[in-house]
Amino acid sequence: MNKKLLLGAEAVAVAAIDAGISGVYAYPGTPSTEITTYIQNSAEAREKNIHSRWSANEKTAYEAALGMSYSGKRALICMKHVGLNVAADAFINSAITGCNGGMVLLVADDPSMHSSQNEQDTRMYGKFAYLPLLEPSNQQELYDAVKYAFDFSEKISLPIIVRVTTRLSHSRAVVVQSDKRPQNALNPSTQENSWILLPANARKNYANLLEKQTQLLEESEQSFLNKSIQGSGNIGVIAFGIAYNYAMEIKTTHALDCGVLKISHYPLPLKTIEAFVKNYKTIVIAEEGYPIYEELLPAYFPHTTFVGRLTGALPRMGELNPKLLGESLGITLPVHHASSDIVVPRPPQLCQGCGHRDLFEELNHILEKYEHKHVFSDIGCYTLGALPPFNTISTCVDMGASITMAKGAADAGLHPAICVIGDSTFTHSGMTGLLDAVNDESSITVIISDNSTTAMTGGQDSSGTGKLYDICKGIGVLPEHIHLVVPIKKNREHNIRILSQEIEYKGVSVIISQRECVQVAIRNQKKS
Amino acid sequence: MQKNYIIAGVGGQGILSMAAIIDVTAMNSGLYVKQAEVHGMSQRGGSVEAHLRISDTEIFSDIIPLGEADCIIATEPMEALRYIPFLKEHGTIITASKSLINCANYPDKEVLDKELQSKIHCITIDADAIALSCGSIKTSNIVILGAASNYLGIDEAQYIQAIKTLFASKGTDIVNMNICAFSKGREYKN
Ligand SMILES: Cc1ncc(C[n+]2csc(CCOP(=O)(O)OP(=O)(O)O)c2C)c(N)n1
Ligand code: SF4
Repeated sequence: MNKKLLLGAEAVAVAAIDAGISGVYAYPGTPSTEITTYIQNSAEAREKNIHSRWSANEKTAYEAALGMSYSGKRALICMKHVGLNVAADAFINSAITGCNGGMVLLVADDPSMHSSQNEQDTRMYGKFAYLPLLEPSNQQELYDAVKYAFDFSEKISLPIIVRVTTRLSHSRAVVVQSDKRPQNALNPSTQENSWILLPANARKNYANLLEKQTQLLEESEQSFLNKSIQGSGNIGVIAFGIAYNYAMEIKTTHALDCGVLKISHYPLPLKTIEAFVKNYKTIVIAEEGYPIYEELLPAYFPHTTFVGRLTGALPRMGELNPKLLGESLGITLPVHHASSDIVVPRPPQLCQGCGHRDLFEELNHILEKYEHKHVFSDIGCYTLGALPPFNTISTCVDMGASITMAKGAADAGLHPAICVIGDSTFTHSGMTGLLDAVNDESSITVIISDNSTTAMTGGQDSSGTGKLYDICKGIGVLPEHIHLVVPIKKNREHNIRILSQEIEYKGVSVIISQRECVQVAIRNQKKS
Repeated sequence: MQKNYIIAGVGGQGILSMAAIIDVTAMNSGLYVKQAEVHGMSQRGGSVEAHLRISDTEIFSDIIPLGEADCIIATEPMEALRYIPFLKEHGTIITASKSLINCANYPDKEVLDKELQSKIHCITIDADAIALSCGSIKTSNIVILGAASNYLGIDEAQYIQAIKTLFASKGTDIVNMNICAFSKGREYKN
């Protein structure tokens, strides 16, 4: 018996290797990054020649995995929740094509937005695409679920979604491994028509997908991931995914007589739910995410009272925890030591010696003389330029939005229209926006703050390293308006001069402000 | 038996290594372990915490319920104080005495010490000095862990074994420094 202490994310990686994947395709994003890093560092994966290099973004990752599946092999795709917005076109359409080799999409949601822009609930995407979704509650289940998902995917010829949240992905527990399965042989799909989504084929495929729903539902009804614990009281809890842990924590510690039904497999197994609901007067719906099923269930069971996020029994937003589940069941957890009011927040900061720091200082200096001090920015370590002492940036919306928002603002007449984007974000989804700006001859100043890594998520390789100049030139930015600068104190005057000059240029200019991330430098030093 | 520990500090202070040592120790002692940790944003000098639960029966919640932590083990005194609502009535805080001031409005040191000592059983340790005496200030976190180990149960030998396993790839010097730090921390009396 092989026992390992694993993060949820690592349990996914180990399960995928054991399930015989031939590739993992991913773009970093907290809390999903560690899955791919684990596979990259695994000697076993290397020996088995499992593809694990980072993709440029989530859409390219998804499509490459689809190609691997088309060829008959198994592929894992990993991303954070907002990554699925980027991959959504490929994802939704892959439900229409179906797959050949097993295909599992792991999405990591971030309720409470520990490190994200929103707390969107991937279960919505599951419903949206009519695909099965699994939502395990602990690391062992997660391991088992991923392995099962690959088999199920091949059996039903559809991609399967596995949803985790930050808490499960970043929590460690002992996992017991089961049998390993070899990789599939090359076996390209021969069902040509199902892969060509011309309307005539697409209609047929879509009808086929709808027909499969009965089978998917039967699978949910019998799922090993769902579990019903009967209680003798009037209250039952339907706990989805990890909410089960909090419900059970409270039930066992306080010896409550409530029943608990754990649901971890969708489409929603209504018969299982019906069998549970009829035993109770009141049902607490505990969903780690949107109140999706709390909206739906009351219509099915008009004689039962449902409480949850919509009724105020649980908060409308944010991650659940034992305290909140306790309150929904009438238990107040004791606080013996009240919070101390002398404790102050300790927000994260740009590291000392980080090149983003010098860039923001240069920009702040330049902007002093302008009335409009707006800097469109993006997502990465440099987003911390929003905080004191810099307060430089004005926006951070979605990856790549800095360039396109600056372009729109320039179209509106805003001057200067400056944007700051990281190197990884630029190749993720900044390049197409730059092409728009070039074609429109927009007056924008694009600063690529290039630390040659994806620092925010822990320093993964960045797709554009060493290629940024050529990319910008290829997109059509005039070479005389592409500058390479090094943001260090010594160069401050020089950099300010170049930036000032390009801000006044009536067209697209790109400044590549290039300095290695100190964390990556330290890591590389340790390695050598 | 169930024990709940919060390990707290500032990004870069080695919180996750401390947690890893307890994890491995508990696993090798045949116990259930759950450990929720914070990755991502907080690692750049922000607050970092790990919730660690060990038990001889199944553990459900990854997060420690309010009021149920046996110990708060901290590498920084204000961070120790941050999590006191989680502490049991007669719980213990074991913290490094040295403040790390990288944020606005950090409390006055005297007020902070008074707050820590007044309500709670709190052990503060000059971990840096002890770590230095073992050869590297980088082992401060392990000094704290050693002091905390007196309250966590489990044999000393199991911890030492876990340190050997986890630091093995870094060479014998590093292993020995950490064992020294752990043992001196464990011998520490307030
Ligand atoms: C669609 C999407 N995918 C992934 C992420 C997670 N994420 C945020 S910033 C970032 C990368 C930042 O890298 P870079 O632009 O090079 O900036 P750096 O952090 O290195 O300064 C990632 C992967 C996200 N927020 N949105
Ligand atoms: S991790 Fe790298 S990019 Fe991020 S703040 Fe530190 S030095 Fe800057």
